Amino acid sequence: MNARYEAVIGVECHVELKTKTKMFCGCVNAFGGEPNTKICPVCLGMPGALPVPNAQAIELIIAAGLAFGAEIPAFSKFDRKNYFYPDMPKDYQISQYDMPLAIGGTVKYWLEDGTMRECRLTRIHLEEDTGKSTHAGSGDGRIAGSSYSLVDFNRAGVPLMECVSEPELRSGAEAVAYLESLRRTLLALGVSDVKMEEGSLRCDANVSIRPAGSAELGTKTEIKNMNSFRSVERAIESERARQIEILSNGGRIVQETRGWDEVNGVTHSMRSKEEAHDYRYFPEPDLVPLEPSRAAVERLRAALPVLPAQRFERYTSQLGIGSKQATQLVETPSLGAYFDRVVACSNNAQQASNFVLGDLSRLANETGVAVAESAVSAEHLAELIGLVDAKRINSKIAKELLARMWDGAGSPAAIVEREGLAQTTDPGAIAAFVEEVLSAHPSVVAEFKAGKSNVMGFLVGQVMKASRGKADPALVNELVRTKLSS
Amino acid sequence: MPDSIDIRYVATLARIALTDDEVEVFGRQLGDLLGHVNALAELDTASVSATAQVIESRNVLREDRPAPCLDREKVLAQAPQRQGAFFRVPRIIAE
Amino acid sequence: MEYIEKSAAQIAHDVRTRVRSAAEVTDATLAHVESVEGAVGAYLTVLADSARAHAARVDERVRNGEKLALAGVPVAVKDNMCLDGSRTTCGSKILERWIAPYTATAVARMLEAGAVPIGKANCDEFAMGSSCENSALGVTRNPYDLTRVPGGSSGGSAAAVAAYEAALGMGSDTGGSIREPGAFCNLVGFKPTYGRISRYGLIAFASSLDQIGPLARTVEDAALAYDAMAGFDPMDATTVDRPVEAAAGALREDLRGLRVGMVREFDSAALGAALDALYRAAYRDLERLGAELVEVSLPTAAYGVATYYLIAPAECSSNLARFDGVRYGLRVEGDDVRSMYDRTRAAGFGPEVKRRILIGTHALSSGYYDAYYVRAQKARTLIAGDFERAFAQCDLIACPAASCPAFEFGAKSDPYSMYLMDYYTIPMALAGLPALSVPCGWTTPEGGRVPMPVGLQLCAPLFAEKLLLGAARAYEAATGHALARRPELESVRA
Repeated sequence: MNARYEAVIGVECHVELKTKTKMFCGCVNAFGGEPNTKICPVCLGMPGALPVPNAQAIELIIAAGLAFGAEIPAFSKFDRKNYFYPDMPKDYQISQYDMPLAIGGTVKYWLEDGTMRECRLTRIHLEEDTGKSTHAGSGDGRIAGSSYSLVDFNRAGVPLMECVSEPELRSGAEAVAYLESLRRTLLALGVSDVKMEEGSLRCDANVSIRPAGSAELGTKTEIKNMNSFRSVERAIESERARQIEILSNGGRIVQETRGWDEVNGVTHSMRSKEEAHDYRYFPEPDLVPLEPSRAAVERLRAALPVLPAQRFERYTSQLGIGSKQATQLVETPSLGAYFDRVVACSNNAQQASNFVLGDLSRLANETGVAVAESAVSAEHLAELIGLVDAKRINSKIAKELLARMWDGAGSPAAIVEREGLAQTTDPGAIAAFVEEVLSAHPSVVAEFKAGKSNVMGFLVGQVMKASRGKADPALVNELVRTKLSS
Repeated sequence: MPDSIDIRYVATLARIALTDDEVEVFGRQLGDLLGHVNALAELDTASVSATAQVIESRNVLREDRPAPCLDREKVLAQAPQRQGAFFRVPRIIAE
Repeated sequence: MEYIEKSAAQIAHDVRTRVRSAAEVTDATLAHVESVEGAVGAYLTVLADSARAHAARVDERVRNGEKLALAGVPVAVKDNMCLDGSRTTCGSKILERWIAPYTATAVARMLEAGAVPIGKANCDEFAMGSSCENSALGVTRNPYDLTRVPGGSSGGSAAAVAAYEAALGMGSDTGGSIREPGAFCNLVGFKPTYGRISRYGLIAFASSLDQIGPLARTVEDAALAYDAMAGFDPMDATTVDRPVEAAAGALREDLRGLRVGMVREFDSAALGAALDALYRAAYRDLERLGAELVEVSLPTAAYGVATYYLIAPAECSSNLARFDGVRYGLRVEGDDVRSMYDRTRAAGFGPEVKRRILIGTHALSSGYYDAYYVRAQKARTLIAGDFERAFAQCDLIACPAASCPAFEFGAKSDPYSMYLMDYYTIPMALAGLPALSVPCGWTTPEGGRVPMPVGLQLCAPLFAEKLLLGAARAYEAATGHALARRPELESVRA
């Protein structure tokens, strides 16, 4: 990429809130379903119907704002955004214009190598989603060339959070890292499912470029139709390259909306004629203002969970866990919380991470039971790690124990005690097993002596087997080698 | 205060097709009305707050509890045009 | 006097005590409707079957011992209120065939109290007008002179009650749409405080101003209907959650101890000698009943019409956007969705609705919002402040309800002259105050054939409905103006 230019990127996200009901009526808020079955006079914009805001949706927005350190103003209100579109039932959207529920705040995010970054938020506000139009008659479901459209209003009125970032991102990779952190945070808060594939997270990006080091902003374009994080990254990089090429050739960037073409890997202009939008915002007269009480805000603040960015920072800087594992641990909030409980009663965080992300996650995958909900309590896992660290058991026994604990066997220390599984570290006892194995396999011993050193693994395995797995493997190795070379 | 109104532009925003006669008549009538409402410029409103609602209620909300929906057939029966379970509209030209 | 001319209070009493059945009252009303409706045209839809079914249920509930405040009372529902299964048109071609799939809260509460819906009453299209002439679906005539308008926009409900086609009417008032037709039809037209009665199911004109209220032949009847409808509704976030004091049982005998404000800027001398004399007599009657008359000033009330004709159209431009031919109502096909919108709305809305959508769209549009919409909202603050100061000096305000009696069809062809009809009622609407018109005498308009009713407007502070209705009842009882004449119906019976 051309080093003389830097990209200036802002991201605008729309997130469907995870409430039981829609924003302004009691229709169920759920993905999909038979078309036009989750509709009532309110969300269908019937004559005479009136909106009443969902208290839970407001709390979720405030919680999200608090999680990002935003200011929750003492006064907020809803406004109408007026424009005609067939899947918008009232032909206006109830949104928030100049007094959103949350102002400012910062999203902390990290790059693949673990570098922490921050991107400030402009605002977070609450609005209602539209229905869905399916464009038909053209064969490919796209709007261009279609001869009619079919409208389903199940999604109309679903509560939607709009979260706008400052233009502080500098690359497609940063934009994706920002989105990942935003997504993990909202998931941890229980604000949304944040599934791009189901449309509960949708995002647009504003992209401009400027000479590196310049403080002025260039003309921006708005990129739409990005359907995955990967397409966000590709679209931004493609748009950056396009703008650099135009400027390098003495051209001028046109402020416009551009759509991302996934197949051809380019953005294309979406608006043939530039009709300025005149949304005629005005205060929603069917609703009264919101004044979240300080007590309610503080109650929500106190209830905030540990956030993924906080976890990540602690794991990498305090616990010394690598960026990749730390990212995996914060990915699922319940897994991170489980890991925290393990670490609280163990002082080997790396081993805890290895178990949680390794054996336990494998068992979880195989059985379909989440780690945090499994029979292996955090305390028992810590106990197991303690047994390994103290060399009371070896890793093979540990694995076996873990599988039994998964099935409900309880305390590993108790099993070790009860079944005499403690590791054998007595050189005399192990030497006896070695003696026994070598004399039982004279031909193998001969092979070794003939130079086939790889047969030693077989002999070590036989000794371990003879000890019922309890022998200290390092000691077994050493004694077998000594004996063979004597 | 401004007292002209671009009837054609406003009708475009409002999605109402107007005949030339209507443009002429409404333009005149609404120009007159704007002449009358411009009297508001006589009021000193520099330090006056705007009233959107006369009632002083705040935070009138509802619990996040499901309520019954409408029967789809009852609703679609009144659709100007339907196709199966959907409302059908003419093609949408992207703007 | 025929039975159907009885007050709602009397009918409810008779049905409750099983002196009459709701079925009998309903049949008598429907028969009367059939005989006079051709001349009056109060209803767009007569709900004969549904009325009989409702009446049968009321009789059953009475037999089961329910004490229904409005047992068997025939009611005219303005056609901008939803009643499940009934055609609900708003007087507009765009909703000409729309069947409401749910019931408005206010209507449901009337029915719950035992009222029987006789029909859906005509109105100016989307409640925009002061004469009912803006209805796209029918002509309603004033029962006191069929060559004159019944007022508007709740003209159908007013005409129905005046012509005994219902004992109570449900109206909605945005700038005067209950009070003015009340005055024109010799009725009590009562607009409660904004937020007292749920708007859920009332097809919106201007959300921050619209308020449902009763039209009745007596103050007591208006109070009964108000008591049935008022109160918080979880379906309308702008209803106020505070206790409603029952107004029906608290009607005053006199006005002793009350200070009644005479508005300096509303001098009735401006209305001509005949009306001036009527209003001066009315104020003297208030004094005779024990009220102390005090002069108050509403210096910005004169800006009410200008303020209103920015705020109400701005809200209506947005409220009426949903009539787009997609989900319900009229559609005129087009090549694409855009032309379908343009044609549907061009064909579906009448000229007054178009004018208001256009001016409202303009007032909210980029570059004009501050100069028009915001400035009007600030003027609204000043007007409300004027009333607040006035009510520091008085308990009630008395003034004209309209600037003239019912006029002839076509007399107000210039839109602005029609807008000025609401000069005396708009300021109270902007301030959200409870106000009513009560009959205060008769005058024969210039060139008129017969005397026409005139209304006195009384206005109270926010939520002082009980005081307002009580005072109006005292005035009504002492003067009896409403009883002086009967509507001209004998000659028109079919």
